[in-house]
Amino acid sequence: MMSHHPLILEINQEFLKTDRPSIFPGDSVRVNVLIREGSKERVQAFEGVVLAKRGGGINTTFVVRKVFQGVSVERSFFLHSPKVESIKIIRRGKVRRAKLYFLRERIGKSARIREKTTGYATINKFGNILLANPTTPKK
Amino acid sequence: MSFTGFIGKKLGMTQVFEEDGSAVPVTVVLLYDMKITQLKTEEKDGYSALQIGCVPAKAKHLTKAEQQHLLKNGNPLLKTLKEFRVASSVVSGFSVGDTVPTDFIEAGQKLSVTSTSIGKGTMGTIRRWGHHRGPMSHGSKNHRLPGSIGAGTTPGRVFKGLQMAGRKGNKIVTIANLKVVHFYPEKQVVLIKGSLPGSNGALVVAKLMKK
Repeated sequence: MMSHHPLILEINQEFLKTDRPSIFPGDSVRVNVLIREGSKERVQAFEGVVLAKRGGGINTTFVVRKVFQGVSVERSFFLHSPKVESIKIIRRGKVRRAKLYFLRERIGKSARIREKTTGYATINKFGNILLANPTTPKK
Repeated sequence: MSFTGFIGKKLGMTQVFEEDGSAVPVTVVLLYDMKITQLKTEEKDGYSALQIGCVPAKAKHLTKAEQQHLLKNGNPLLKTLKEFRVASSVVSGFSVGDTVPTDFIEAGQKLSVTSTSIGKGTMGTIRRWGHHRGPMSHGSKNHRLPGSIGAGTTPGRVFKGLQMAGRKGNKIVTIANLKVVHFYPEKQVVLIKGSLPGSNGALVVAKLMKK
């Protein structure tokens, strides 16, 4: 990430969500997205595997892939978008690369990801959520 | 009407989120403390304007003439002096030594912003003017050459203004219709949508667009 002026970081801090879990490629996640229907807003879940994470700080985005009725759907989200109501980690995946684009060509058994049970994956098991931005905003 | 312009420093770019979830790219500009250093009036100068100074400087970096111009009116030593043409009614509302208020700035306003673009050094015609290049193969040796610069005996000269290779950038550039996304009065920081000319740390002069 580019080094920023302290004032810029201060402005970013305002928009950074502090409740976002730390997500990694290979994780199975449920992203609860706020959807506007007329004047009402409701939550719609998008559940799938995190294919990639890119950017940094306020600009962090991640790509979630799911297979719906035999059709694969990929959707990218800003980690700190106000439209992402919450992100829930269902399962930590054990993968050996940062971008899992090879999953696009795979279906069925070959598209499985082993579960990660060591390292950061254990933190969730004790009820603590590993946060993406653990620092509290300066007031 | 009051004075509606400001001088600031480009700090860099970031993004902010709107209510509807869209991410807006913004340039962060820190306002300088702006002092009125001279009033220009119709009677004396033939036009009305405000001379505004900012950026504190050391005495060794200013000429004696510049120092006296500032000190005789009780202003601190300032590096940058910029003139803003305004109506005489606006000039009469200020006196020398006043700090220019910035409370007119609010989100949604349109600005025209002037700054010095990043210098690119010597550039060929393709980079500098957007010319097309020649074929890279089939025996062509004209890859990035500028081509013909004119006919022969008639006119017997190269026309003025012909696009050639040379220095690119480091020019004063004004961009109009830039939107103010947010203003932090306590920090004196303005967020302007989109990019601005110049490197980070560059001096930026902005004026509110006329309605």
